[in-house]
Amino acid sequence: MGLFNFGHKTFRHGIHPPEHKSETNGLPIRQFAFAPLLVLPVSQHIGAPSKIIVREGQEVMRGQLLAEAGGYVSVPLHAPVSGRVRKIANVPTAKGEMSLGIYLEAFPASGQEVLERDGLDWQAATPEEILQGIQNAGIVGLGGAAFPTHVKLKVPEGKQCEVLLLNGIECEPYLTTDHRVMLEQADDIFMGIRYLLKATGAQRAIIGIEANKKDAAEHLSRNIPEGLPVTVEVVPVKYPQGSEKMLITSVMGKEVPSGGLPIDVGAVVVNVATTAEIGRLLPHGRGIQERVVTITGPGVKKKGNYLIPVGTPLRFVLEEVGVADNLSEVYLGGPMMGMAVSNLDISITKGTSGILAFTDNEVHRADKVYPCIKCGACVDACPLSLNPSQMGILAKFEAYDDMAANHNLMDCFECGSCSYVCPSNIPLVQYFRMSKAVVRKRAAAKKEAANV
Amino acid sequence: MFKQTLNISTSPHLKLGVSTDDIMRNVVWAMLPASAFAVYAFGLSVFLLLVTSTAAAVLTEHLLCRWSGKESTVSDWSAVITGLLLGLTLPPAFPLWMAFVGSVIAVALGKFAFGGLGYNTFNPALVGRAVLQAAFPAAITTWHPAFLEGRFTDIASSTLALPFMEPTYDAVSGATPLSAFKFDGVAADSADLALGLVSGSAGETCALLIVLGGIYLVARNMMNWRIPVSILLTVYVLSGIMHWVDAEAYPSPAFMLFSGGLMLGAVFMATDMVASPLTSKGVVVYGVLIGLLVVVIRLWGGLPEGVMYAILLANAVSPHIDSALQNRVYGTVKKAKAA
Ligand code: SF4
Ligand code: SF4
Repeated sequence: MGLFNFGHKTFRHGIHPPEHKSETNGLPIRQFAFAPLLVLPVSQHIGAPSKIIVREGQEVMRGQLLAEAGGYVSVPLHAPVSGRVRKIANVPTAKGEMSLGIYLEAFPASGQEVLERDGLDWQAATPEEILQGIQNAGIVGLGGAAFPTHVKLKVPEGKQCEVLLLNGIECEPYLTTDHRVMLEQADDIFMGIRYLLKATGAQRAIIGIEANKKDAAEHLSRNIPEGLPVTVEVVPVKYPQGSEKMLITSVMGKEVPSGGLPIDVGAVVVNVATTAEIGRLLPHGRGIQERVVTITGPGVKKKGNYLIPVGTPLRFVLEEVGVADNLSEVYLGGPMMGMAVSNLDISITKGTSGILAFTDNEVHRADKVYPCIKCGACVDACPLSLNPSQMGILAKFEAYDDMAANHNLMDCFECGSCSYVCPSNIPLVQYFRMSKAVVRKRAAAKKEAANV
Repeated sequence: MFKQTLNISTSPHLKLGVSTDDIMRNVVWAMLPASAFAVYAFGLSVFLLLVTSTAAAVLTEHLLCRWSGKESTVSDWSAVITGLLLGLTLPPAFPLWMAFVGSVIAVALGKFAFGGLGYNTFNPALVGRAVLQAAFPAAITTWHPAFLEGRFTDIASSTLALPFMEPTYDAVSGATPLSAFKFDGVAADSADLALGLVSGSAGETCALLIVLGGIYLVARNMMNWRIPVSILLTVYVLSGIMHWVDAEAYPSPAFMLFSGGLMLGAVFMATDMVASPLTSKGVVVYGVLIGLLVVVIRLWGGLPEGVMYAILLANAVSPHIDSALQNRVYGTVKKAKAA
């Protein structure tokens, strides 16, 4: 019996884009420089924005609360550095729109020691206290989704969590943050697992890792603490295995029902970096101030995995690492699902897992769009076995309701596999994103009409 | 230090990088060995035939686009496939003007009338050939001997027949192996068939080179191998059974595989992506259906050859195969409702 289980189980379909991970996966996490001015939007997560509790001009300590949770589906925001609140105003965000936020001026030579509050002992705390502690720490899914973790961990009445699944798949090309975290922060991850097992009531935990990170799998397997019910499961490399549904299928062999949640098959899925953060912060009552970000891509000079304070402006980051002259596009997140940004005044938020810079050479714009030639490549790529070809044609005819009713449009999680393979360069994901928005809007309008 | 503007594009930011015109162009490359052999076997006449059918298809596509006020779609290479493929299915000394008409019809009726590339229900080349078969039943079944002396210098007189005139033939070969078997009960040697040392349509005689082209496309992931494999396996198994039952009345499976247009049809015609099903399951059903029809038409139908009709029929049902055999959507128990 080996150190870890090397499964050959995987989900149906999927794609194999070039990985490009070797450029950064050997580079240890390094502390990034502190920017003189941080930009902190109060909406860094999915859900209600945080409520600001500081005023302009106020001096704050590193780790001090700047904004508290704006509701149940919300998290607080902590000061990433010691400094002074310069301004409370609208700040630019990655989505392109301005939203409320805080400009925080860092004190140049301060020690930057962290403010700590009462810690939470995993043995003494109740599940509710742990969930509260996770919310208090401002923790959201660090894999990119930025969904408040405590909400996801709350097992609904009548359901039971059998397995806690730790997501160490990191299937997006280029990104290596989870890889480094698994190699460097094993103790934090295991501590996090203790909290999470207790919070969810799960009897065991499985860490799912793709075969291109065997070193991490080995490292974790070797260091599992006595008595902690954790196994490591290595699965073949395939995109988008890091999506919750695909991971569950690969590791547990079950399918999450259409429209359902992982808990419907007895699982809760948490990203490994999020887990490490929980294990590191909760014992000391601290909040998230920084996160690991992979900065890479052909347009970046000093590629690496950096620990960057939340709120660091993108411009500062790119200036520090140096970029190529013919820089063309910058993405936040991975190349498959990440977002292209044009405004460098936006900042690193809790959900930023990577910064990718592509030059003119890599970006092929103006790819000619041909009609769908029914080649079936998208059908063989879609991890959900949807029919992107058919849906693409329906989207053109604006048959959104048909797409939702008969083709499971709303299941599509915009992984981009279909667009990636389409030889006719049909912007399938774009169609589906738009179609989903229309369907959602129509449903909301209907609901409203019914309520009146 | 930064350029003033960064570009915005939507995810995914990576592309596999094989585009539709790449695929089409490679299909043309894959047909070239068989085409070259056709020229080698039948000489100048076939060279002119292929050039004419290809040029006519491209020209038709271009002009139709122009006349309908659209950008010319010639650069997607699909018209080249249609023209060349049609040429390969015609008898070697087929009158050029008829080939020209066939190509015009293939593109105009087989493709443009349906809405152009991506919308054609049938393989356009087969539509062209079906019309030619109906219009010129004599010319399309008049075969020319292969490997004639002087084939690289002389042009068959029928090749240059004037439009609407009865073509005259200087050399007529007895019959293709298929019709020889069907009507006279003579089976050609399978090895000769595979190597293309027999008479037949211009490009269908050398099975080996056709298979080579197919292997190239499959290796480049530009062809669904399930289609030719399921067709050929079906033909092999069915005709094998019949041959075993009565070896006198029914030809051997190897003869069935390598004679007539089966290879060309299975590798280059049935695999038309637009006219074949989308899903892997659907594609296999489609292939088996073609194989079945080929055997039925050849062994019990009135025609010596059945590949063309078999594929056209399967093209017609392919959308229905698709809607009947949708993949089961992840996380659902029932199949998605077909649209
Ligand atoms: S983007 Fe949607 S339709 Fe396309 S492959 Fe992913 S899940 Fe399937
Ligand atoms: S990959 Fe593109 S061209 Fe091929 S079937 Fe899908 S939508 Fe059509």
